[in-house]
Amino acid sequence: MGSVTATVAPATSANVTRWFRTFGALSRAGFRRYSTYRQAAVAGVVTNTVFGFLRCAVLLAAAGSGTVGGYDRAQLATFVWVGQGLLAVVLLWGWSDLADRIRTGDVAADLLRPVHPVTSYLATDLGRAGYAALARLLPPVLVGPLFFDVCLPSRWPTVGLFVVSVVTAVVLCFGCRFLVNATAYWWQDARGPLLLWTLGSGVLAGLYFPLRFLPEWLQLVLWCGTPFPSLLQTPLDVLVERDPPAVQVGLVALQLGWAVLVLAACRLVQRRAERRLVVQGG
Amino acid sequence: MSVIELDGLRKEFTVRVKVGRLRREKRTVTAVDGIDLRVEQGEMLGYIGPNGAGKSTTLKMLTGVLSPSAGQARVCGLRPVADRTRLALRIGVVFGQRSQLWWDLPLGDSFDLLRHLYRVPAADHAARLRRCRDLLDLDAFLDTPVRQLSLGQRMRGELTAALLHGPQVLFLDEPTIGLDVVSKQAVRGFLAELGRAGDTTLVLTTHDLADIERLCARLVVVDHGRVVHDGSIAALHARYGSRRLVVAELDAPLSTPPQPVGAPLHRVEADGRRLVYALESAGVAEVVSALAGLAALRDVSIVEPDIEDVVARLYRSPAPDPRRPS
Repeated sequence: MGSVTATVAPATSANVTRWFRTFGALSRAGFRRYSTYRQAAVAGVVTNTVFGFLRCAVLLAAAGSGTVGGYDRAQLATFVWVGQGLLAVVLLWGWSDLADRIRTGDVAADLLRPVHPVTSYLATDLGRAGYAALARLLPPVLVGPLFFDVCLPSRWPTVGLFVVSVVTAVVLCFGCRFLVNATAYWWQDARGPLLLWTLGSGVLAGLYFPLRFLPEWLQLVLWCGTPFPSLLQTPLDVLVERDPPAVQVGLVALQLGWAVLVLAACRLVQRRAERRLVVQGG
Repeated sequence: MSVIELDGLRKEFTVRVKVGRLRREKRTVTAVDGIDLRVEQGEMLGYIGPNGAGKSTTLKMLTGVLSPSAGQARVCGLRPVADRTRLALRIGVVFGQRSQLWWDLPLGDSFDLLRHLYRVPAADHAARLRRCRDLLDLDAFLDTPVRQLSLGQRMRGELTAALLHGPQVLFLDEPTIGLDVVSKQAVRGFLAELGRAGDTTLVLTTHDLADIERLCARLVVVDHGRVVHDGSIAALHARYGSRRLVVAELDAPLSTPPQPVGAPLHRVEADGRRLVYALESAGVAEVVSALAGLAALRDVSIVEPDIEDVVARLYRSPAPDPRRPS
């Protein structure tokens, strides 16, 4: 990952190895940190599963016995149940760690580490996502097929592409959350932006309904003009093979482009913020 | 070369002040107002001042967290803000009011993570951790998540965390705040031991002057963002004329206190039964023997000058010439 400060060591192979070791240690710590909250995980799984039944019932009713938005019944059920699990893996909602630390001034401790804050928060978030993949993704994915017909990928490359798409979605979603939280550097509080993010991302990422229900021109605008569809809709569309292979690859490439762009924006915003930072408290 | 060099360091904040019902006015507040300072390798520096004097702001500028409005700072030869991540490898910081540990991880896991973050060779890490475990009694709570630690335990953990990468300079911002007597003693003892080794420079801000008396040979007092004293504690006493007192308890009250005894009478207490003399040129023995010749003594005690009194006077009225003669 390129650096915008003048202090990063040259990218020799030894430095790259050390960088990955540090990144790995932060990710493992992220996994352990989130795995301590088991009751929260259970509560989240129950909620997501209950909402899975509701959403599935509504969408299947909309589809009737045919298709809707280009999905058949099995594809819709898969879309809903995997989506309910992915929601916690990409962590669309409920992350305000950075904003809280800015508000209390604890962010000073992050700045005193020899690792760029965006890198250390990203590594931790990937660890968290790893834990969520086990504790939050698996249960709804296992429960759904007991009650509904679901579809499995018919093409092998889909599986690999789905994994790449999910990891990219996690990185991209982290970047978006970081940017929303970073508004606290300027306003001391990010509750307003976080609320807008919660409302906007739910609709525009394809959680409330698949974005393919929308007119095609609007889909184009959303996919190319905003990162939202790349957060949830893209990995789910890849998994249920809504499109032919070339389009699947194109969607994931678009996702990767958004992830790079948003991470670069995070570093830029962080640098700007540090210049005008007022650390709260004594 | 000094480990820490400050030249005319300033920090101004812009605040918006409410004027009238809707209008707000921008005002500039100067938190640090031109500080010049040199700190040498291995020095233990006490950096004190009243609330809002600019102590923490200075520390934040020295660690690269805040950028100065004017002036220059160099720590370990690096520019704190521009070279922040490189500087982080060479300094340790403990904020008494914040935690640098990971709230949900056991203390031992936090230390392990720090080893990777600071890229410390395993053998060095193990040796430093062993030393801290011995001196700070960490073993009993190494497996406890940080959120469950008591304040004293957490502070011992913070100190260890700040030292595991072998920093050249250790910045401590009120490390004993809120600690009980036993924990304070543990922290002070540990820092004194660190100071004796002589390879770590220590900058300590605190409101507990006992920390300073116990640990720091040099004291810098700031007020309104300026240095008002830079020198030893003895120099501070000398400057403010604070003197040792001889307190003599008499068998029976005297109508006129005995004079001369070699020291001026400071005050009379307990209806003339207790006489307090302030020592100047004469020694304790001289004054006590003179007193014993003039009155029947029940008890004599010596009261050392109180640093808190001197500092309180300093905070209330900064001296006209704030700089050290050197």
